[in-house]
Amino acid sequence: MQFEKPATTNPIDQLKVVGKPIHRIDGELKTSGRAMYAYEWHDPALRYAYGYPLGSAIAKGQVISIDSAAARKAPGVLGVITTLEVGDLRKGKMNTAKLFGGREIKHYHQAVAVVVAETFEQARAATALIKVDYAPEKGAFDLRAEMANAKTPDPSTEPESAAGDFQAAFGTAQVTLDAEYTTPDQSHSMMEPPASIAAWDGDEVTVWTSSQMIDWWRTDLATTLGVEKEKVHLMSPFIGGGFGGKLFLRADSVLAALAAKSIGRPVKVALPRPMIPNNTTHRPATIQRIRIGAELDGRITAIAHESWSGDLPGGGPETAVMQTRLLYAGENRMTGMKLATLDLPEGNAMRAPGEAPGLMALKSPWMKWRRSSPSIQSSSGSRTIPRSIRKIPTARSPIAI
Amino acid sequence: MRAFSYERASSVEAAARAAAQNREAKFIAGGTNLLDLMKLEIEKPSHLIDVNGLGLDKIEKARDGGLRIGALVRNTDLAADQTVRRDYGLLSRALVAGASGQLRNKATTAGNLLQRTRCPYFYDPNQPCNKRDPGSGCSAIGGITRQLGVIGGSEACIATHPSDMAVAMRVLDAVVETVKSNGEKRFIPIADFHRLPGDTPHLETTLERGEFITSVTLPPPIGGKHIYRKVRDRASYAFALVSIAAVIQPDGSGRVAVGGVAHKPWRVETAEAELNKGARATAAALLADARPTEQNKFKIGLTERTLGAVLSEARE
Repeated sequence: MQFEKPATTNPIDQLKVVGKPIHRIDGELKTSGRAMYAYEWHDPALRYAYGYPLGSAIAKGQVISIDSAAARKAPGVLGVITTLEVGDLRKGKMNTAKLFGGREIKHYHQAVAVVVAETFEQARAATALIKVDYAPEKGAFDLRAEMANAKTPDPSTEPESAAGDFQAAFGTAQVTLDAEYTTPDQSHSMMEPPASIAAWDGDEVTVWTSSQMIDWWRTDLATTLGVEKEKVHLMSPFIGGGFGGKLFLRADSVLAALAAKSIGRPVKVALPRPMIPNNTTHRPATIQRIRIGAELDGRITAIAHESWSGDLPGGGPETAVMQTRLLYAGENRMTGMKLATLDLPEGNAMRAPGEAPGLMALKSPWMKWRRSSPSIQSSSGSRTIPRSIRKIPTARSPIAI
Repeated sequence: MRAFSYERASSVEAAARAAAQNREAKFIAGGTNLLDLMKLEIEKPSHLIDVNGLGLDKIEKARDGGLRIGALVRNTDLAADQTVRRDYGLLSRALVAGASGQLRNKATTAGNLLQRTRCPYFYDPNQPCNKRDPGSGCSAIGGITRQLGVIGGSEACIATHPSDMAVAMRVLDAVVETVKSNGEKRFIPIADFHRLPGDTPHLETTLERGEFITSVTLPPPIGGKHIYRKVRDRASYAFALVSIAAVIQPDGSGRVAVGGVAHKPWRVETAEAELNKGARATAAALLADARPTEQNKFKIGLTERTLGAVLSEARE
C-alpha cells in the first residue's frame, strides 16, 4: 500500500477496522487450542490412512529407479506411490518447480515417493526402506559464485529504475557511502507444517489443507491432478501460520490426493519438519550494494540500490530494491536487480518479501552513521544525514562499513 | 523409527547385564536426544532398557566433602540444587545455558554426557558421515563448518561435543562412576571419558559395552569465581559456537575449559599457567594445535575474546 494521499482517504487511515477492539473470530479458538488444523480434521465414519513423504537425496539430476518392494511388504503398508509410477504431471501456474511426478529432480528434498499405511509410525518406518538410484548432475547453489552470470530479470518484475543522473551526482557528492550487505536464504517454519487430508468421492476430491489463497491452490491442484476445477473442493478454515509460505499448492496436497485415489481411502500427509526448508518456498539470499551521496548539511543527492538474488529457471528475483524507489528524498537515484539461476528450492514470498532484506540494507548506513557520531539526536526515521558527519575525516571517499 | 522392545530395569546390575547381552540394546533415561535420533533412524536400537526407576536421582554429600550426583538427576534439578549453586556455581550456570526448560526437565546427568553431536551432516541420512556410518566418509570436511570443531579433529571427523554441562564438569574435575556388566565398579576421570574422533568417530566415550553410569562425583569445592560464558548465533536454545567454563581464584590463577571447539570439552591444564598473562596467552596455549576451516577460523579469535571477557568479569 502506498500512502500518497492525506489521512482519511486511505483505508487504514479511516480506522474502520484498525484501531478498533474487534473480536477476532479464530483468536479464541486458536489460543485455547480448539482450532482444527488441517491434519486434525477427523470424521469418525472415515478410515483415514497416513502418508509419509520421501524427499530426494540429491539436489539436481534424474531418478533412475525406485525399489519399494521392501516398503510395500512392511507392516501396515497400504501402498507406495512413486514419482516414476505417476509419471509427468502438469505443473501448477503458481509453482516454479514441479512438486511431484517424473524423473527430473530440480532441488533437494523434492518429493519422490509417499508411503501410505494404517498408522503414521508404520508409514514413516516403511519410507526408510525405499531405495532410490539417482543420476546426480552438477548444480549451482552459491549466489556469490553465480553473481557474474546473473541477468536482468523479466521486465514484468520492473527490475530497474532511474531518476536524474545518479553517477554524476554521486561523483560530486561531498559525503559518499558505498557498502555491500548480504542476507542468507531464509526458510519458513510456521507452527503448523504444510499438511493435507484428501478424500475422493467418485471423481471429486475434497482436500482439507492450510491455504492462504484458496482459489490459487484449488486451480493448481486441479491442473496437477488433471481434473476439472469444479471437481476439487478445498477446506481451509484455519491457518497455523502462513506468511507467504502457504500461498499456493504444495506437495502434501498432491501426495495426499494421489495416495487417496490409489488406495481408495482418505489419506493424511504432513511434511515432516526436516523437509520443510527444502520442499517449500523460501526467501532467497541477497547480495546488495548501496551507494548514497550527500551534502555536508545532510541532504541526500544520490541513492543507488542494487540487489542480486537467485532462483530456479522461470523464477523471479527477491525484490529488495523496491522500497528505495519510494522512501527518502534524493533527486538522483538508480535501482537494479539481477537474477542468477540457482538449483535451490523455489524462492517466493516470505513475510514482507523484498522489504525485509531490502530495508535492512537501506537503513543500515543510517544506523552506522549515527553510531559513528554519538552527539546525534536524530531518530532512525530521519531523512538527513546528521551534520556532525563533518567530523568524519573520510568525507569524499567511501566510508568503511 | 524401527520397532523395538522395551523393558524397565529392576537394578543397576540387571541393566548392565541386559545391555551387555544385546548388541542392539540402549539405555533410555530422558530420551531427549535418543528419541529424535531413533525417529531419523540414526540410532536403531532393537531394545530399550528404561533406567528411570532405579533411584539414581539423588544429590548427596560425598564422604570426602565432594558431591555425588545420581546419573538420573534431571538437569533442572541439578541446576537448582542449593549446594551446586553455592559451591559449584559454574555447573549450575552451564546447565541453564543449555537446551530449553522443557528439555532440562527431562534430560539427565548421564544422558547429557552421552548426547551425540549436532553436526548437521550426522543428522542428514542422505549424506555420508563416519560417525553415523563408519567408513562412509565425512561430508563436513569441505562442507558447511561454521558450527564445527577447530581442534582435536581428524581426517574422519570434525564434529563437536554439544554439551554445556560437560564443559563445566571438566573444569570441576568430575569423576564418572560406572558399573560394568560383570558387576565391577569403575571410576573414570572426566578427562578420560570422552574420546577424540581419530579414525573411529563413532566411538565417543571410553565406556565398555553394557557399562552403566551410576553417578558423577565432584571433588570438594575449590572456591574462586565460577563463570560460564556461552557465545551462540541465537540468544537462547542454540548450541555454543564457543563457550568458556572457568574458575578463577583471587590471585588470578584458575582453571578453564572451552566448549564448541572439539569432540570433547577442551581443557589443556598446562595452558592454565598462562592465565596470569591474560586471555591472549592462555587462548594461544589452549588452541596451539588448532586446525580450523576457512568458515570456522573465527572461533580462534572468539575463544580469546570470550576468555578475555571471562577474565575481566572475574576481576570485577
